[in-house]
Amino acid sequence: MLATLIIVFREVIEAGLVIGIVLAATRGVPRRGVWVGGGITVGIAGACLVAAFADAISNTMAGAGQELFNASVMAIAVLMLTGHNVWMAREGRHIAQEMQLLGDDVVTGRRSLKALAIVISIAVLREGSEIVLFLYGIAVSAGNSVFSMFVGGAIGLALGAGISGLMYFGLMRIPTRHLFAVTSWLIAFLAAGMASQAIVFLQQAGLVTVLSHVVWDTSGVLSDGSLAGKALHTLIGYADRPTGIQLVVYASTLVAIFILMRLFGHTPQSSMLNKRKQSIDHVLPRTG
Amino acid sequence: MKRSLVFSAGLSAYLLLAAAAHAEDYVLTLKNNQFSPKVLTIPAGQKIKITVKNQDATPAEFESSDLNREKVVTANSEITIFIGPLDAGSYGYFDDFHRDTTIGTIIAK
Repeated sequence: MLATLIIVFREVIEAGLVIGIVLAATRGVPRRGVWVGGGITVGIAGACLVAAFADAISNTMAGAGQELFNASVMAIAVLMLTGHNVWMAREGRHIAQEMQLLGDDVVTGRRSLKALAIVISIAVLREGSEIVLFLYGIAVSAGNSVFSMFVGGAIGLALGAGISGLMYFGLMRIPTRHLFAVTSWLIAFLAAGMASQAIVFLQQAGLVTVLSHVVWDTSGVLSDGSLAGKALHTLIGYADRPTGIQLVVYASTLVAIFILMRLFGHTPQSSMLNKRKQSIDHVLPRTG
Repeated sequence: MKRSLVFSAGLSAYLLLAAAAHAEDYVLTLKNNQFSPKVLTIPAGQKIKITVKNQDATPAEFESSDLNREKVVTANSEITIFIGPLDAGSYGYFDDFHRDTTIGTIIAK
C-alpha cells in the first residue's frame, strides 16, 4: 500500500504542479474549468492508451519509440506554453486591470486556454501512464491485495492534489496586477525545463550526442531524486547534473520565449484591438 | 539502376547500424525483481549502450536519478538506453516501480 501511495503521490504532484500553474495563469478566462477538466480527462484516457500500447511504442523507431514519443509530446507542450505567453504579453495587461474579457479577447483567450488544456493533457498522460503500468504490475503479481492498492492510490492522489492545490492558492494570493507577470515567468521556466528534458530523451536514445558531458554536479546540495528536487525539476527544469546540451536548450528556449513575447506582444493588430477596446471602455465606465 | 539503389540503401543502412552499434554494449537482466549484475562496471569517458532485459511478468521502469535516465521496460521484453560519457564514479539506478528493493550500481572507471 505504501509503495502505491508513494508512486501515485510522486506522479500526481508532477502533473498537479503543471495544472496549478495553468489554473492560475487562466484566472478570469470564461469556462476554463471545462477546458482544464477536459484536459485532465483526455490525459487520463491517453495515459491508459500509452500504457496499453507501451510495448508497441517501445519497439517502433528501432527501439527509440519511447524517447521519440516523450520528446515529441514535450516539444508540443513547449510550443503551447510559448503560445500562451505571447498571448499574455499582448492581452494580459488589460485582463489584469479588468479581470474580465471582452469581445475579441474572449476568442483569443479561449484559444490560449485550448493550448494550455493540451499542456495539461500531456502532463497527465506522461505521469499517468507510469501510474497505470505500476498499478497493472501490482495487480498481476500475486500477494498484493487490490484493495490496499486502491487505498494507497487514493491517499497518494489526495496528497498530491492537496500540495498542488496549496501552490495554486498560494499563487491566488498574489495581487491580480502582478499575478500574470508571475505566471508568465513560471510558464517560461516550465517550458524551458520541458525542452531540456526533451533533449535528454534524445540523448538517451543515442540520437543526440553533442555536448553530452555533465557540466556541474549539485546532487550533494539538492538531489534530483528527492521530493524537493523532483518538484523543482517539474517547475523550472532543475537537474543536479545537467549536460552541456541541456543548458544550451534551456537557455535558448527561455531567450526564444522572451524574444517572441517582445516581438508579438505589441503588434499593430494588437493596438487595433486596444483601440476597439478603448472605445468599449469609453461607453462602459470601468469598474474596480 | 534499381539494383544499385537497393544496394546503396542497404549499404547506408548497414553503415548507420554500424555507427549506432559503435557505442560499447552492456546487458542488465531483471529477474524476480532483481538486477544482475548488481554492479556493472563500465569505462569512464565513453558513450555506452545498455540493454535492459526484463524477464519478469510485470512491467518495470529502468530509472536513474544520477544519470537522468528513465525508460519503461514492459513484461518479458527488452529496451536499450544510451548513457555517458561519464566521469569516473558510482551511479545508482533502480526500478522506479520497486525503487527501494530493485536497485543496482553502475561504476565508471
